[in-house]
Amino acid sequence: MSEKRMAKTANEAIAEAMRQINPDVVAAYPITPATEIVQIFSQFVADGKVTTEFVPVESEHSAMSAVVGASLAGARAMTATSSQGLALMWEILYIASALRLPVIMPMVNRALSAPINIHCDHSDSMGARDSGWIQLYSESVQETYDNVIQAVRIAERSLLPVMVTTDGFILSHCLELLTPLLDKEAKDFIGEYRPKNFLLDTEHPFTVGALDLQDYYFEHKRQEAEAMIESKKIILKIGEEFERKFGRRYEFFEDYKVIDSEVATVVIGSAAGTTKVVVDQLREEKIKAGLLKLRVFRPFPAEELKELLKNVKVIAVLDRADSLNAVSGPLFSEIRNALYDLEERPKIVNYIYGLGGRDIGLKEIHSIYEDLEEINRTGKIKSLLTYLGVRE
Amino acid sequence: MEDLFEVRWHGRGGQGAKTVALLLGEVVAASGKYIQAFPEYGPERMGAPIQSFNRISSQPITLHCGVEKPDIVIVLDPSLMETIDVIGGLSGEGTLIVNSREDPSVIKENLGFKGKVFTLDASKISRETIGREMPNTPMMGALIKVTKFLNLKEVLEKTRTKLQEKFRHKPEVIEGNIRAIERAYQEVK
Repeated sequence: MSEKRMAKTANEAIAEAMRQINPDVVAAYPITPATEIVQIFSQFVADGKVTTEFVPVESEHSAMSAVVGASLAGARAMTATSSQGLALMWEILYIASALRLPVIMPMVNRALSAPINIHCDHSDSMGARDSGWIQLYSESVQETYDNVIQAVRIAERSLLPVMVTTDGFILSHCLELLTPLLDKEAKDFIGEYRPKNFLLDTEHPFTVGALDLQDYYFEHKRQEAEAMIESKKIILKIGEEFERKFGRRYEFFEDYKVIDSEVATVVIGSAAGTTKVVVDQLREEKIKAGLLKLRVFRPFPAEELKELLKNVKVIAVLDRADSLNAVSGPLFSEIRNALYDLEERPKIVNYIYGLGGRDIGLKEIHSIYEDLEEINRTGKIKSLLTYLGVRE
Repeated sequence: MEDLFEVRWHGRGGQGAKTVALLLGEVVAASGKYIQAFPEYGPERMGAPIQSFNRISSQPITLHCGVEKPDIVIVLDPSLMETIDVIGGLSGEGTLIVNSREDPSVIKENLGFKGKVFTLDASKISRETIGREMPNTPMMGALIKVTKFLNLKEVLEKTRTKLQEKFRHKPEVIEGNIRAIERAYQEVK
C-alpha cells in the first residue's frame, strides 16, 4: 500500500510532507531547530520538485503576515517556525485564526528566552493556546509526518489554522523510521484546495479586516469559538479516514492501557514514548499503570478525557511548560478542570519537567508512578506540584 | 525491547561523530531493523568533545530519552579518554572500541575497564584511504566487525548508496570511505 520505510528526522519528514502537499505559497524565516524544514523545502523549490512560490521573508512576523495575505488571496499557504519565531508571529497568529484562514504551520517546540536555550520544551506552543489555532502534538517522527498531512485537511475543512508540533532536537534531529505515503496517496488524501471566499475572486469582492466595534466584534468571536467546537468532529473524521486508508490510528489522544489502570499519567509529545516503556515494565510487575498521550490540545477534548480518566484512582499530569501562575502548568489546569464535574474525582498531581531540554528518562518517569502508587495507598497528596529533577 | 542495543559515540567537533551515527542508522534501517540516531547538541565547536547515539532493535523503539547505559562505546579521538569518562554507564559486559595505535590491553589497564576493548588505528586508515583525518567511517567498520549484527557486504553497498547522494561529484570520497571500512574490518584488534 505505502512506500517502504525510510530513515528520516522529524525536520526531514516535515519537509517531505510539504513536498507532497506542494503548497501554493511558503513564506518562512529560519530558526533553530526548525531551520532544516524550510532549508530542505527551499531545495525542493530550487530543483523544481514543487511549484510553490517561496518567499524568504526578513522575520517571522513577516512570514505569518505573508502567509495570511497569500491565504486570503486564495492560496494554500504554509510556514514553519519555533520558539522566538512563534513569539514574534504573535499578533498575526490571532489574525490568521480570526480571519478563518486554513494556514498550516509545523512548529518545532523549543524553550523561550531568557536565558537563551535552543532545546525542547513546550512553552512556545502552550503560550499560543488561546490564539484560536488548532494544535496537534506528535510523539514520534511518524506522527509528526502524519499530523502534517492531516493538518491540511483539518485546516481547510474547519477554516481554522493548524499548528503541528514536534519536539525540538529530540524529534526534529532524531533519525527514526518513517513510512511516508506514496506521492499519489498523499495528493489524493489532501485533495485540491478550493476556497469559497478569496480576494483574487474579483467577481465576488468582499472586505477583510474591517473595523468591528461594540456592535459585532463579540458575535464574530463567538463564531470563531463555534468553529473550534465544530473542528472536533472534523479532526476525528479525518483521523478515521486516515486510518482506513493508511492503517495508522489518530484520535484526540491515545489510550495506552488507561482503561483498566489505577495510576496513570497524561503526557504530550516525545516523552509519551519513553513513558510507554515504563508502563510496560510496571504492567509486568502487575501494577495497573496507564498513559494518556494527548495529541489534540486545541480544541481541548474535555468530555472525552473525562470519560477515559474517570475510573483512574490517581493521575499525574506532566507539563513541559510552566504557566508561572503560582498554581500549575497549563495542561494540568485543563485536565483538572475537565474532571471537576465528576461525582467521584480521581486524585491528581502535576509535574513540570524537561524545561530547556532537560532529559526525562525511565528513572524519572518511574519515580512519578511510585509517587502515584503512594498516593493511591495512603490517600494523601504531599505535593500538588513537583518540579521534576530540578536542583533547589 | 529485550534486544535493544545502544551505542554511544565520542568524538570532537569535526570528526564526524554525528555523521557516522546517522550513517549507521540509515545502514541498519535498510537491513530492516528499527533504529534511532541522534546527536547530543551542546556547543558545537570544532574540536570540542561531542557525543552521538544509536539505538537498534527488532521492535519499534518508543524511547525518547538520552542513552544512559550503552552496550557499546566508540571513541573517535583517544585524547578524549584523558578528560571524559568514556566508559560511564558501560557495564562490565559492555564493549569499548577506541581509535588508537595502542594494544587493547593498554587501554583496558589505563581505564580500569572490565569489559571488552578493541582498538583500531582509524586515523592512519583514514589518511591512507580518504586522504585526511576522518576516523568515523573506519570506526563504523570496526563496530560492524565487533558486533557481527550486520553483514559487511551489505553495509558497503548501503554506505555506497548513501554517500552517492552526498558526494556525487567526488567519487574519490566514496571509494576512500568504502576502502576505509573494509580495512577497518580487517585490522581491528
